[in-house]
Amino acid sequence: MSRRYLARYLVSRYFSSSVSSRPLHVCIVGSGPAGFYTADKLLKAHEGARVDIIDRLPTPFGLVRSGVAPDHPETKIAINQFSRVAQHERCSFYGNVKLGSDLLLSELRDLYHVVVLAYGAESDKDLGIPGESLSGIYSAREFVWWYNGHPDYSSLKPDLKSSDTAVILGQGNVALDVARILLRPRTELASTDIARHALSALEESSIRKVFLVGRRGPVQAALTAKELREVLGIKNMHIRIKETDLTVTPADEEEMKNSRIRKRIYELLSKAAAAAGTSESDPDQRELHFVFFRQPDRFLESNERKGHVSGVNLEKTILESAGSGKQLAVGTGEFEDLNCSLVLKAIGYKSVPINGLPFDHKKGVVPNVRGRVVSQTVEGLSQTERGLYVCGWLKRGPVGIIATNLYCAEEMVGRISEDIEEGVFTSSKEGSKGLMQLLEKREVKKVDFSGWEKIDAKEKQMGSEKNKPREKLVTWEDLLAAAAAN
Amino acid sequence: MRGMRILQRSYGEYLQSSAMPQRQTRSFHEAFFSINHMFSASYSTASEKGGEETEKINVIFVDKDGEEIHVKVPIGMNILEAAHENDIELEGACEGSLACSTCHVIVMETEYYNKLEEPTDEENDMLDLAFGLTETSRLGCQVIDGVRLAIPSATRNFVVDGFVPNWFTDTKLVYYP
Repeated sequence: MSRRYLARYLVSRYFSSSVSSRPLHVCIVGSGPAGFYTADKLLKAHEGARVDIIDRLPTPFGLVRSGVAPDHPETKIAINQFSRVAQHERCSFYGNVKLGSDLLLSELRDLYHVVVLAYGAESDKDLGIPGESLSGIYSAREFVWWYNGHPDYSSLKPDLKSSDTAVILGQGNVALDVARILLRPRTELASTDIARHALSALEESSIRKVFLVGRRGPVQAALTAKELREVLGIKNMHIRIKETDLTVTPADEEEMKNSRIRKRIYELLSKAAAAAGTSESDPDQRELHFVFFRQPDRFLESNERKGHVSGVNLEKTILESAGSGKQLAVGTGEFEDLNCSLVLKAIGYKSVPINGLPFDHKKGVVPNVRGRVVSQTVEGLSQTERGLYVCGWLKRGPVGIIATNLYCAEEMVGRISEDIEEGVFTSSKEGSKGLMQLLEKREVKKVDFSGWEKIDAKEKQMGSEKNKPREKLVTWEDLLAAAAAN
Repeated sequence: MRGMRILQRSYGEYLQSSAMPQRQTRSFHEAFFSINHMFSASYSTASEKGGEETEKINVIFVDKDGEEIHVKVPIGMNILEAAHENDIELEGACEGSLACSTCHVIVMETEYYNKLEEPTDEENDMLDLAFGLTETSRLGCQVIDGVRLAIPSATRNFVVDGFVPNWFTDTKLVYYP
């Protein structure tokens, strides 16, 4: 054992006496990066910690499995680390267990000393504009779950054959992901883990032009350099950016001065705009247009197909200072239409509240003080629940990358350790044993980690027949059947 | 530029490489010559002789509590790998494929940081997103050259006109978990 770990081991033994080695029963709801990093750090920090991770899906890993694009396999490597955590002797994974239907939050709190809610953000921000419910308009999250084979969205059947144009509202990395999947050559997608139904639909797709529409300018675009560099490098895909959109104001210069990433993005976009003018026209050419300073006012309905979208009415914007270097988009009263048959809203996720849990509907998070859930606010002071915590997007809002959860988890474990030292968790709890009894009583077909390993093996085997890393199982029936097979 | 290609190998590939000692010696020369051309050719002969055995250098990791951990790292091993070999908690979510920023380290001496080969665009793209980014931040999985530069054993063989390079010091790195 290295000197450092020996030192820490001795120190923790000295302070823990009976506390650290006494079983600490923990239940983490959600098996994405927030859940797994929390489990990892908790197991390392406390010898007595016994961690159960539950998820409503039969498969673990959250957005690493269902959100990361099929053409980004290196980003999915984090699954290896998460698998090691799940296989730890003091850790268990139970899939197909849904909080709210299979068991209540209050029941979990009775069974476990510590409950950590890390179930992320499974809903979307709305624009709140007319026509939003027309068919052909989806949130990017739905589209991403569709091509990634999420069992709730396999039958989405987006219409990719009615025109050659799709409009994506938003210019973050999710917007870029969906643009890339719509425009990448099908042969490149065929060797990824994209869901079979999506690959078939894309093979018949007539979409050739994608417009990425943002309310503000290139300096404010939320995408990041790696993703931008990637789209700029895709063969036979032409980028269109208006040079006039690249004019920067003093306020823009200030923003770039304070943010290295903003500056690098702007430089990349400028280079792309300069190079764009030199490409030739070709009927089957794929085009990615960056449209800046436009906000959607309403969606247009098709005359030929009632109930279906035929375009977006956009209002031109200008930027106004909102204080502390931030600039907001303000409408100018000038409008224009952009015709399309598919609209994807990539404007941000939103968390889903559950019964028995306080929720801040404005921010879309569970109110918390650095991870401890707030039970009530008395005269401006927040009182927090003992033993109930939030981590990840449910705590911070739907921002950040996989790695952001590392710090979130670190803070979480710090809070839990403080509470342990204050002697908050002295009562005895049943933990896993109690959970198993409850689930059995309710006939819940839980999927443990070895069940996931069977799903994993089957997907990989099916994939190898088609030169794909895996062929995902996309229905609840197929997933549960594979998990239960011998 | 050969050095750059090594840096971008994935973690798994890196571990398998049996041609490593040969490559290390060559890259060492390049790095060495690019930094300080006043050293004479006699030095390269000396290092060629010693090139086959695994030379180690001293690296000090400083964690968030200020605790220092001294480790010996073979030439050519990247900092992420070195951390894992020594049970130091440094996350490597993408295992060296330049798809995350979890192995972010901060080189504590600016002078030393400047001696390292510049990060590629790909590394810079990931650094853009790192938590607590500083002027001397790097991704641990991409730092190899620097490790080779700080070779204390070289100072024993080499003094030019009484001049002893003062950047042959131990590397101090700090990382954020």
